[in-house]
Amino acid sequence: MGQSESHDPNLYYVPHGSRWPIVASLALFTTMLGAALSLNHSAGGGVLLVLGVLALVGMLFGWFGDVIRESIHGFYNRQVDISFRMGMIWFIFSEVMFFAAFFGALFYARMFSVPWLGGDGDGVLTHEYLWQGYSAAWPTNGPLKVGGAFETIGAWGLPFLNTLLLLSSGVTVTIAHHALRAGARGRLLVYLGATVLLGAAFLYFQATEYYYAYHELGLTLGSGIYGSTFFMLTGFHGLHVTLGTVMLIVIWARCAKGHFSRDQHFGFEAVAWYWHFVDVVWLGLFLFVYIL
Amino acid sequence: MAHDASAHRDEHGHDHKPHGFVNRWLYATNHKDIGTMYLVMALVMFFVGGLMAMVIRGELMYPGLQLVEPEFFNQMTTMHALVMIFGAVMPAFVGLANWMVPMMIGAPDMALPRMNNWSFWIMPFAFTVLLLPLALKVFFGIGAGGPAGGWTLYPPLSLQGGDSVAFTIFAVHMMGISSIMGAINIIATILNMRAPGMDLLKMPVFVWAWLITAFLLIAVMPVLAGAVTMLLTDKFFGTTFFSASGGGDPVMFQHIFWFFGHPEVYIMILPAFGVVSEIIPTFARKPLFGYKAMVYAIASIAFLSFIVWAHHMFTVGIPLGGELFFMYATMLIAVPTGIKVFNWVFTMWRGSMTFETPMLFALGFVIMFTIGGFSGLMLAIVPADFQYHDTYFVVAHFHYVLVTGAVFSIMAATYYWLPKWSGRMYNETLGKWHFWLSTVFVNLLFFPQHFLGLAGMPRRIPDYNVAFADWNLVSSIGGFGFGLSQLIFAYIVWDCVRNQSLAKAADRVWEGARGLEWTLPSPAPYHSFATPPVIEDRMLAHADVAH
Amino acid sequence: MGVLLARGRARRSGNGWWVGRVPGPASRYMDLNWRRVFRMGGVMKRIGTIYLRLASAALALGFSLPSLAAVERWKLNMTPGVTEVSRQVYDIHMTILWICIVIGVLVFGAMAVAIFRFRKSRGAVAATWSHNDKAEVVLTIVPVLILVAMAWPATQVLIHMADTRNAEMTIEVTGYQWKWGYRYVDSDVSFISSLARNSDDTRQLGSGLSPDQVKSYLLDVDRPLVIPADTKVRFVITSGDVIHSWWVPALGWKQDAIPGIINDQWTLVKEPGIYRGQCAELCGKDHGFMPIVVEVKPKTEFAQWLAAQQNPDAAAAAAAIATTAEPVAAAAAPGQG
Ligand code: HEA
Ligand code: HEA
Ligand code: CUA
Ligand SMILES: [Cu+2]
Repeated sequence: MGQSESHDPNLYYVPHGSRWPIVASLALFTTMLGAALSLNHSAGGGVLLVLGVLALVGMLFGWFGDVIRESIHGFYNRQVDISFRMGMIWFIFSEVMFFAAFFGALFYARMFSVPWLGGDGDGVLTHEYLWQGYSAAWPTNGPLKVGGAFETIGAWGLPFLNTLLLLSSGVTVTIAHHALRAGARGRLLVYLGATVLLGAAFLYFQATEYYYAYHELGLTLGSGIYGSTFFMLTGFHGLHVTLGTVMLIVIWARCAKGHFSRDQHFGFEAVAWYWHFVDVVWLGLFLFVYIL
Repeated sequence: MAHDASAHRDEHGHDHKPHGFVNRWLYATNHKDIGTMYLVMALVMFFVGGLMAMVIRGELMYPGLQLVEPEFFNQMTTMHALVMIFGAVMPAFVGLANWMVPMMIGAPDMALPRMNNWSFWIMPFAFTVLLLPLALKVFFGIGAGGPAGGWTLYPPLSLQGGDSVAFTIFAVHMMGISSIMGAINIIATILNMRAPGMDLLKMPVFVWAWLITAFLLIAVMPVLAGAVTMLLTDKFFGTTFFSASGGGDPVMFQHIFWFFGHPEVYIMILPAFGVVSEIIPTFARKPLFGYKAMVYAIASIAFLSFIVWAHHMFTVGIPLGGELFFMYATMLIAVPTGIKVFNWVFTMWRGSMTFETPMLFALGFVIMFTIGGFSGLMLAIVPADFQYHDTYFVVAHFHYVLVTGAVFSIMAATYYWLPKWSGRMYNETLGKWHFWLSTVFVNLLFFPQHFLGLAGMPRRIPDYNVAFADWNLVSSIGGFGFGLSQLIFAYIVWDCVRNQSLAKAADRVWEGARGLEWTLPSPAPYHSFATPPVIEDRMLAHADVAH
Repeated sequence: MGVLLARGRARRSGNGWWVGRVPGPASRYMDLNWRRVFRMGGVMKRIGTIYLRLASAALALGFSLPSLAAVERWKLNMTPGVTEVSRQVYDIHMTILWICIVIGVLVFGAMAVAIFRFRKSRGAVAATWSHNDKAEVVLTIVPVLILVAMAWPATQVLIHMADTRNAEMTIEVTGYQWKWGYRYVDSDVSFISSLARNSDDTRQLGSGLSPDQVKSYLLDVDRPLVIPADTKVRFVITSGDVIHSWWVPALGWKQDAIPGIINDQWTLVKEPGIYRGQCAELCGKDHGFMPIVVEVKPKTEFAQWLAAQQNPDAAAAAAAIATTAEPVAAAAAPGQG
């Protein structure tokens, strides 16, 4: 893969030809095609979807494997490192905007559409002509009570526990980082491992919460705007926690293998940033979805 | 002097292009190869989207239905827009960025070359997913065809779309992933890969424009992804984001969509501003007037683009205060845009102008984009928009800014840099023919649409009252003429790349050209600046900003 | 200045296709018969079709050409409309149009001068200056002032338009794929209005019929909305399925019909007449085929009409002599589509 000239620390390493991106595109294509077909109940959709996802996972191992090898061979100078950092920062920014769309939906529903349906402000006529008797409240599943009666999940039970879990995971990952910088391998592995466990515990409790919502509370994705925003926000967040946890596991393994040095460990930092981002999003969720 | 840097690099002789199709193109990590692929794909998509437009213009040539069923007509309108926006204009600009940004800032390549490849190769697959339902219908008679709810995908209509809905949404996701990675790459390249001496405020305006555009892309493509994800769950998983019965609101989709959609239209015009700001000084042989003001204007337009989205929704029933706010904010955009237009004119003033094809297209751009800007400003006036909205007046507006704006600038850029890319001079006579035919026909095509809109013809209709017959005929004739004229363009490009007997281009292709890209040989070597060039201010176009 | 020009033009401007005056007796007669013909069944229908053909032929021969020729072709500009609001909107439109034209002339004029004077082939030598702060400031401030001048009247009119209070009657408008439902809220009258049959037949792909032969092609309905003149009428607008938009250009506005949400607007038409419009939001395959026709009747005539609608029996009788009004029974039958 690499070229000899790129060992020159003054030169920016430009990889020459890689098969991973095209594999990645094909995998993504298979995944998306499979997803579209299976939503339309076409035969073979599910198979394609699974194949696509497997290919994506395999691709990630291959691609990052190359990157790690190049990194270990010292192909990456400081400037390359900065490019990676910028890449990660802007990727996280794009994720922030992705969540912003769903938060936007939540705020719009709570501040505008639901009050209007209930006859507030500009909604007087809507209320008079279409939804008489509907009074705005939150939570709500709308004037037609879409999805039937439901109850919500209190903020101070599992969600609060999950908040504590994520917050402490933010602390442990930071301790791990300090350990890495101090060259304390044992401490690093312990605290990084703890972070993984905290993430896994979070996921376990969230799964419990979902089970409970569906089976005991009647709260589903189809419970009107409340259910929609609730599951969309917490669901996508959960997906990100899952991803983050997997990434942490990989990083843990890499730490165990001794991939990172005290001052060269961008892989670790990228995952830590991502984890903090997931953490902050959760705080927003906890506040706006559960408490308020 | 300038040539020393490149000569130095050539001595090392690491100019080995990878051999074989697969190695060179599928595994590509080279910014020029990837740029070329983007540009080729954009041209192909421009023809595909253009053919759909020809179906539209064919049906609208006369009153009564002659060619297609209304449902298919709507599919054409929808796909035409999606293909043109996401398949032609955006990739063309990304292709230009790939080719030129590293060369303009003295970098060896893009910051993240492998990801660059991925950004590109997602696109052909994304369009396969997008076009699949339509292609199945047209070529094999399978299924109901593509989406027909307009490129704006408004629910509840877009949710009635049957099997194509999921395909459209996943295709949009893929395009989003591609755009975001492409934008990240451009930002990292510009911020991290500049050669020493290339300060931010010495960068070419094209680079500045792309820096800001990339930021817009990262900010709004995820929002579009979110919006269509909610469409997906509304259709397949029982959510009610966009249904009042469950406490949601169909209008909510429009807010989220246009929060993406308005910045999106500037994503398609800011790089065009950059291109024109390169070309006019070159052919006026005079430095760009008010460089800093140009940069600040782009930044202000980008900022304002986030707070004007509801001007697409004046008739949906927004509270009075909201209508007023969005009207004022939208009107404000005329100020920084005006600064740009005025500065281009000042750049020409007291210059020493010649009118090669790139300059012709750039001048055409300034005039016709401004016409489109004027109609945009008129649309921003709420009470007037109550009449204009969803008529051909709007169609005329956005084709002026998109076709004679964005597309003309892409053509200008192609003529401007083609000799640098291919090492040969394109056929100038044909280029001028291309410009004049395009300009005459495009005005025949879109100017009468103002009249149609004012006279009351709604957009997105396959048939109309005989009162509209005459201008529609004119418009269709203009459309066919404009479409055919583009064949000349395709020929010129092909010829320039393939025809060995054309004159060899000089390194500094145009007499008045300044900037790092002209210090490289033509054709540009495979690795632009393997080692950073030593920059002296007089090589740059904007180094005199200090005083 | 723009405003002055606008006023001048407003008076001069003729009637567009949507601002038909009340049709004269002859065309009324034609109109009535056409509709009748379409509602007859069996043999009568076939005879009717023949009659229709003949009638179209007669039309083509210039029998009733005046009514068709009234269609203004090659039209360039917006209608000033028939309400105070629509005329204000028209004035704003003309004002901003002229402002843009003037700025355009200045900017393009400067460009033209530059292009002709400062060309290399004429020996022009390039200057080297590259900025002028004073010019930049002036060219920022002047546009702002121009914008304020544009925004001011727009704000006034918008505030005026938003005021739906004190309406004398309310009509609920509901969009459906692909027809309009109207309900007179205070008087329990409601009906469906859909594309006229002759237009509908002609617009089919490969129908072999010529749109030129159809009066108000695609702009005619089986049952127009009837409103009184000189009355502030409030519309509450919604939809039964997807988003539509209710637009009659002569009234000066369009308003989206959103499912599950009510929007309101108002109008006050002084002069009786027939005003036409179309659905203005993509709503599916027949979006182009759900026109709107508003018939404004003098107050007293309107009262009679409304009374007839409230009493179907009387209405049936009235239908025999009514002009454009149709019996409620007929309207209750599902429209096409
Ligand atoms: C490249 C794309 C592009 C660009 C640059 C613009 C630029 C502008 N657009 Fe446009 N617009 C679109 C693409 C674009 N638009 C599209 C695709 C749609 C339709 C989407 C759909 O519904 O499908 C649309 C629709 C659209 C609407 C909604 C219309 C409707 O549906 O009812 C509005 C309303 O405000 C609007 C306004 C503007 C304004 C104010 C500008 C301004 O940026 C223009 C500024 C420029 C000038 C004003 C000219 C130069 C200035 C001077 C010479 C200075 C002096 C001038 C004055 C002081 C007057 N646009
Ligand atoms: C960048 C974007 C872009 C570009 C480049 C174009 C280019 C063109 N558009 Fe575009 N258009 C949109 C964006 C764009 N459009 C959008 C966003 C909409 C709104 C969609 C909606 O309502 O949802 C729209 C809608 C739209 C409509 C309104 C449809 C409707 O409301 O129902 C029409 C009608 O005339 C039209 C025409 C054209 C034409 C004739 C061209 C021409 O410039 C195309 C010229 C190119 C070619 C023709 C291809 C090259 C030539 C050949 C392949 C050779 C063969 C040629 C012949 C046989 C003649 N477009
Ligand atoms: Cu109803 Cu368009
Ligand atoms: Cu906009």
